[in-house]
Amino acid sequence: MQLALFILFGGLALAGAINLLVQKAPIHSALSLVLVMGSLAVLFLLLGAEFIAFIQILVYAGAIMVLFVFVIMLLNAQPSEPSRASRAARWLGPPVAGLLAILLAVRVAGRYHRVPANLGQPMFQIGDIGQALFHQYLLPFEVTSVLFLVGVAGAVMLAARPEEAPQPARQECPEPADSMTREKGAGA
Amino acid sequence: MTIGTFVVVAIVKALIALFILTTLIAYIQLAERKIVARMQSRVGPTRVGPFGLLQPLADAVKFILKEDITPTASEKGLYLLAPILSVTLALLAIAVIPVGPPLQIHGWTIPLQLTDLNIGLLYVLGVTSLGVYGIVLAGWSSNSKYSLLGSLRAGSQMVSYELSLGLALIGPILLAGTLSLHGIVEAQAGGHWFLWTQWLAFFIYLTAGFAETNRIPFDLPEAEGELGAGYHTEYSAMKFAMFFLAEYANMITVSAVATIVFLGGWSGPVFGPAPLRILLPIFWFALKVAAFLFLFIWVRGTLPRFRYDQLMAFGWKVLVPLALANVLVTSFAVAVLH
Repeated sequence: MQLALFILFGGLALAGAINLLVQKAPIHSALSLVLVMGSLAVLFLLLGAEFIAFIQILVYAGAIMVLFVFVIMLLNAQPSEPSRASRAARWLGPPVAGLLAILLAVRVAGRYHRVPANLGQPMFQIGDIGQALFHQYLLPFEVTSVLFLVGVAGAVMLAARPEEAPQPARQECPEPADSMTREKGAGA
Repeated sequence: MTIGTFVVVAIVKALIALFILTTLIAYIQLAERKIVARMQSRVGPTRVGPFGLLQPLADAVKFILKEDITPTASEKGLYLLAPILSVTLALLAIAVIPVGPPLQIHGWTIPLQLTDLNIGLLYVLGVTSLGVYGIVLAGWSSNSKYSLLGSLRAGSQMVSYELSLGLALIGPILLAGTLSLHGIVEAQAGGHWFLWTQWLAFFIYLTAGFAETNRIPFDLPEAEGELGAGYHTEYSAMKFAMFFLAEYANMITVSAVATIVFLGGWSGPVFGPAPLRILLPIFWFALKVAAFLFLFIWVRGTLPRFRYDQLMAFGWKVLVPLALANVLVTSFAVAVLH
C-alpha cells in the first residue's frame, strides 16, 4: 500500500518536473511546479515527516507558488523565444544535471546504504523539531532569519517607487513615502 | 482492522459527511436569503414548498438544467479545472474536523471525523491555502478582464490575510501544546475556552476568516458594482454552482475551526440517558457553528464593502502586527507559567 503510493507520487513528481521543462507557456510550467511540490509533500508524509509535509504545502504550494502564478497572470506572460543563453543552457544542462545526480547518488548511497527507509512510520514529533531548531541549531536558525529579513528589506527598496503621485492610502500615513522622496531628491 | 474494512468504513463515512455537508450548504443559502430579507424588511423566498423550504432543491435543479457555457477564448483545460479544484479543496479541509468525542458502540471506537491527524490544524491551513488556485485560475482562464481583476484581488487578499489567520491560531496552539484538533478541544475541557484568554487572537482570526472566504465586508473579488461578478463572471450552470459550494464549505470550515480552537468544540453540559449523552456534544458543536454562520450572514446584512487599499492596509498594518504581538505575549506567558 505505502510502496504503491510512493511509486505513484514519486512518478507524479517526476512527470511534473519534466512537464515544467517542456511546457512553453509560463503558467503551465508554474502549475507543474505546484504539482511537484504537492507530490513531494505526499512523499514526506509517507516518510513520516508530517510537519514538513504540511509546511511544504502551506509555504511552497500555498504561498510562494501562488505569488508566481499571480505575477505571471499580472504580466500576462507569453511564451518567450529562446535567447542565446537559453540555447546554450539546453546543450550544457543535461550533462551538468547528470553529473550532479551521480554526485548526489554516490554521496547519499555511501552514507546511508545500510539504512532502509521505513515508510509510514512517524519519524519525529513537532516538539523534536522545535528542540533541534532552538537549542542545537539556534545560531544558524537566527542567522538565516536575519538573511531573510535583509532579502525582504532589499525587495522593498527595489520595489518602492519614490516619485509616485500621492495615493489615498499613502496620505493616511505619509512618513515612509515622504522620507523616501526626500532622500531621492537629495541624491538628484 | 484490515485494509478492506478500513477502506469501507472510510468510504461510508466520507459519503455520509458529503451528504450532510451538501444539504447543509444548500440550507445555509436558504437561511442567508431569509435572514438578509428580514434585515431588509422583505420576506425572502416563500413560493417553493412551505416557507420556501424546498427552494434549495429548485435552485439545484435550475443549476443542472442551465446551459453550460465555455467562452471561446478561454483556456479550456484550466477553465474546467478551476471549479473542480475549488470545491475539492474546500471539501477536503472538512475531513479532519471532529464534530464530537469518539463514539463507543459495542466495543468499537468510531471517531466522529473522517481522520484524526496529529497536526490536524496544519492540515486545515495547508489545504485551505491551496484554495486560492481555484479562484486565481478561474479568473485567468476565463480570458475576461472582469474575471482577471476579480481573481487578482482574490489572490492578493487571500495570501495577505492567510498570514494573520495562521498567526492568530498560534496563541491557542501554544496554550494547548498540540496541533491535533482533538487535543485542542480536550485542553479546553471544563469551560476553560481559549476565547477568554485569547480574545484578541479570536477577533483577528474571525476578521481574517471573513477575508479568506471572500465574504462582506471583504468581498472585493466579487464586487458586483465594478466587476460584473468577479472571478466567476464567465461561469454558468454547475461550474458556477461549484464555486458557490466552495464558498459556503469554506465558511463552514472557518466556523468549525473557530468553534474548536476558541469555543471549546463540543464541550458543554452533558446529562440524561445514554442516547442523549451521545447526541448532546454534537448538538453543542452544531449550535456553536450555527452561531458563527449566523454571524457571517448578519455581517453581510449590516456592513458595507471595504475599499481595496483600506483592505490591504488593514491586513498588513493592523492585523499582522497585532497577531505577532499576541504570539509574543502568549509565548512569554506560557514560558513563565511553566
